[in-house]
Amino acid sequence: MSINRRQFLRRAGVVTALGLGGSFVINGISGKKDVVAASEYAPSTQGLKANHWAMVVDMSKFKTEDDFKRVIESCVSIHNIPDFGNPKDEIKWIWEDDYEHTFSGGDNEYLTEDFKKLPFMIMCNHCENPPCVKACPTGATFKRPDGIVDMDFHRCIGCRFCMGACPFGARSFNYRDPRPFIKKIDTDYPTRTPGVVEKCIFCVERLADGLMPACVEASKGGLIFGDLDDPNSEVRKIISTQYTVRRKTELGTQPSVYYLVGGGDHA
Amino acid sequence: MLEKALTGGKKYWAWIIFLLVVIAVGFMAYLRQYNYGLGLTGMSRDVSWGLYIAQFTFLVGVAASAVMLVTPYYLHDFKKFGKMVILGEFLAIAAVIMCILFIFVDVGQPMRILNVLLYPQLHSVMFYDMCVLCGYLVINLVVGWTTLAAERKGTPPPKWVKPIIYLSIPWAFSIHTVTAFLYSGLPGRHFWLAAIMAARFLASAFAAGPSLLIILCLIVRKVSKFDPDPPGVGAIQSLVKIIRYAMIANVFFYVCEVFTAFYSNIPDEMAAFKYVFVGLDGHTSLVPFMWTSAILAFVGIFLLVFPTRKNKVLLPIALLAIFFANWIDKGVVLIIAGFVPNSFDRVTEYFPTSNEISIVLGVYAIGFLIVTILYKVAISVREEKAQ
Repeated sequence: MSINRRQFLRRAGVVTALGLGGSFVINGISGKKDVVAASEYAPSTQGLKANHWAMVVDMSKFKTEDDFKRVIESCVSIHNIPDFGNPKDEIKWIWEDDYEHTFSGGDNEYLTEDFKKLPFMIMCNHCENPPCVKACPTGATFKRPDGIVDMDFHRCIGCRFCMGACPFGARSFNYRDPRPFIKKIDTDYPTRTPGVVEKCIFCVERLADGLMPACVEASKGGLIFGDLDDPNSEVRKIISTQYTVRRKTELGTQPSVYYLVGGGDHA
Repeated sequence: MLEKALTGGKKYWAWIIFLLVVIAVGFMAYLRQYNYGLGLTGMSRDVSWGLYIAQFTFLVGVAASAVMLVTPYYLHDFKKFGKMVILGEFLAIAAVIMCILFIFVDVGQPMRILNVLLYPQLHSVMFYDMCVLCGYLVINLVVGWTTLAAERKGTPPPKWVKPIIYLSIPWAFSIHTVTAFLYSGLPGRHFWLAAIMAARFLASAFAAGPSLLIILCLIVRKVSKFDPDPPGVGAIQSLVKIIRYAMIANVFFYVCEVFTAFYSNIPDEMAAFKYVFVGLDGHTSLVPFMWTSAILAFVGIFLLVFPTRKNKVLLPIALLAIFFANWIDKGVVLIIAGFVPNSFDRVTEYFPTSNEISIVLGVYAIGFLIVTILYKVAISVREEKAQ
């Protein structure tokens, strides 16, 4: 039996329509299954939640070089941060710098050298109005509803507009392949490709598992992390009753990292 | 019409081959950068944009400057520019393509560049910059090509192209304004954070772009039988007036910035100016560049203000002085000094690497190749008509 072109097309159309209908039917039956599959990606119930995560750095708790090293190392080891051994390619999420440069602009020439050289702990400020998020042309850097400025390393095109936009020097760029320069790769966290930007993300992956950020855990009380919108949280109590400072508040970015200076027990 | 670029004398082919060699060297350098990462450039954590973005910024201005011919010719019926306007449009095409290439070689993940379209961010100035640049490229391709094709047939250009020509006028202003907004809206970079930035960008563009165009016209006059400014027309001298006033405005805007920084005595405002004119904390790598730029700017203005502008030898010197004054200011100093001092009041200097410079030269060679081909087509059409 032979069919002409017109017949062939008609029959093909019928078969196609049946096929589509069939797939609807199958989807309808297995609809429940899809919902189950989707729920596997829902946020875990044990995750820590907040309206506005914020950090207080209690400088009185950072006395020795080891206090800084321990905290920095806790971050470096779990986030696969490479060490290139040169400042040009350097990648930093949390690091140490002195008072004079951290709070640049407000310097007082009569301060003693000791005071100027006082070390401070520095990380991304997770600004309420983050200029880096505004600058990013792809949404690779974005602000989460809980106030954390997070990054999608797989969407970043490496234009470095965010590095120009950040007034705090919090961002690093992978100028070369970081993998050979990672001391010990932690398989729980992705390594990065060359050509993307990265920075501190307040350990969003740990918060999702119900854990505090690594640096907070390692700081022995030097870093206090909590919900700024909760009037009973420790961070809120410190910030509302004690003298804290933030970096470059005149720029209006509203950093979420507060420095408790002048010491004393906060609790 | 493109086939006209395939016939030419020995000198024409020697020039094309020279450009192809430079492009090949640049391409090899780009492959190295592609494999290794942007660490092959002089850029660093502190100075995260370098020569690539600086060239992009400068060339957006060159592209926008075509409007200095289009507006008088089409809007004010200023006939003198009749033979030059197509050369301005073709220069704009080459400049925009170079801009896009400079962005492309600057990104760390070029294969992801379409993410800008897949996830458009309406709050990012870069999204708008991409839109206006691509739009400007299309406009100039359409306008340039159709008007030249019409001229070849001896007919007036089709009616539908008129509105596109008028659209190109505000569009040219928009490309350089949006490019200035990339920088002038960033809170922590005091050297860029100036309301006058967009205005200064336009003024310097309308000086540098037409300067380059006149130099190209003088070359065209030498190497072909087509004269873009035949005796008695005075197109070049009219354009020189535009260049002169644009450059004076540019210098005036710069002086305004220096006054605001130093009279207010705000340290953050002064720091980058100190860095480029006298050096900061012992770092002086940009000082010779900035003074060269300043001297060239004044020499250029001086030569164009006085009747020396009509001198056949002094005119090209004046135009080159203005072109390079602006190139140093925008294509070298402005972007690098924006990162000095860094967010911690420290100075990190930037020195481009040879690989990086090879890529820059390669992109410029592509631009020159496009200009050469497009100009060859335009010249051939004109020579044909003249016969």
